[in-house]
Amino acid sequence: MTDDHAPDVKSTRFRMIDYGCIAMMILPLVACMILKVLFTPASEGVHITGAMIYFEIPAPMMPIIISESQVNSWAVMISILGLCLYLTHGLTEKAVCKRQLAAEWIVEKCRKLVHDNMGDYFSAWSPFIAAIMGLSAFSSLSCLLGLYAPTSDVNITVGWAILVFFLIMYYKFRGGLWNYFVGLFKPIPFFAPINLIGEIATPVSMAFRHYGNVLSGAVISALIGPALGGLSKLVLGWLPGVLGEIPFLRIGIPAALSIYFDVFSGLMQAFIFAMLTMLNVSGAVPWDEWNARKEKRKARKTKLEKTAA
Amino acid sequence: MDISMAVGLMLGLLGLGAGIAMIAGIGPGIGEGNAVAKAVEAIGRQPESKGDVTSTLIMGCAIAETTGLYALIVAILLIFVAPGSFVGLLKDTVKELK
Repeated sequence: MTDDHAPDVKSTRFRMIDYGCIAMMILPLVACMILKVLFTPASEGVHITGAMIYFEIPAPMMPIIISESQVNSWAVMISILGLCLYLTHGLTEKAVCKRQLAAEWIVEKCRKLVHDNMGDYFSAWSPFIAAIMGLSAFSSLSCLLGLYAPTSDVNITVGWAILVFFLIMYYKFRGGLWNYFVGLFKPIPFFAPINLIGEIATPVSMAFRHYGNVLSGAVISALIGPALGGLSKLVLGWLPGVLGEIPFLRIGIPAALSIYFDVFSGLMQAFIFAMLTMLNVSGAVPWDEWNARKEKRKARKTKLEKTAA
Repeated sequence: MDISMAVGLMLGLLGLGAGIAMIAGIGPGIGEGNAVAKAVEAIGRQPESKGDVTSTLIMGCAIAETTGLYALIVAILLIFVAPGSFVGLLKDTVKELK
């Protein structure tokens, strides 16, 4: 850059754009919370249900359902976009803002992770891996705001897993379709159905692992509150009047459990989903066959050129 | 047979099924225990490799947990999702029989 000068951090325009980015981060999530409050029916007690259905779009085969998890995941996406715009606003060659250092740290860490796990050939994949990891982590963390975490809906995680499955298949077909089908019968032909199931099991296990962990955390968090309320009633029930009604065990304990079930397992699963994506995709490339194919193609090309000349 | 009795029987059997499904929790328990034991041994032998061992351990534990999570999903579905559909199905068949 030739006309690279430090942006005026104090100027009104810079600040307005900053506030816009921050609003982009917060407003979608707030809108989701309001939507949830508007659509939740008044009820008492514990209710563990799936994602609420906001509205249905009529379609010829069956209505397309727009559910809470879809809306929330789009809100999380917009919010992450806002975060990225905020972090990368006012980049300079020499870092002046703290946020630039944060952004550089994230990018460097992600590049290093992808390079270490996927090798040189895939080192351009860090944006995709970072996107999957960030979306998964923030989706799981959105349950801290009282939203229905998109990852506790099986449809969302299966969608990601299908995406990863297509990527794996693409790289497996690099060695040639015929080689792939022969590889299914590899040790002995009897193994073909088992190998086929193994191919499909990868995305299924990825999707169900993530979904199961987040969902079980949400269910346990939903059950533990009322259970502790009942327990404290049992302990303090003999006190007269209002004193016996205070659910003192509900103070703090659910929050401590939530650190494990919501925060830790959500972040853990995000990391594992990204890790498995990297390992599966980079392990899917049949290097020997691919190189052989490349050389064959090159040889054919030179042969054609020779015959043409 | 009385409809309420049939519903009660069905709910009870669903609860039993969920309980039996959670027997699968034994597997990951043993597996993760083994993994942690080996990790502790490794750290004891080479304390400087603690960071690497810990991160690999957490990753491996989360993957070993998968079978337990499958069982948990089955149990959760049996307890919270299946009764709604099955009881509705039962009532419909009783109505048709009448």
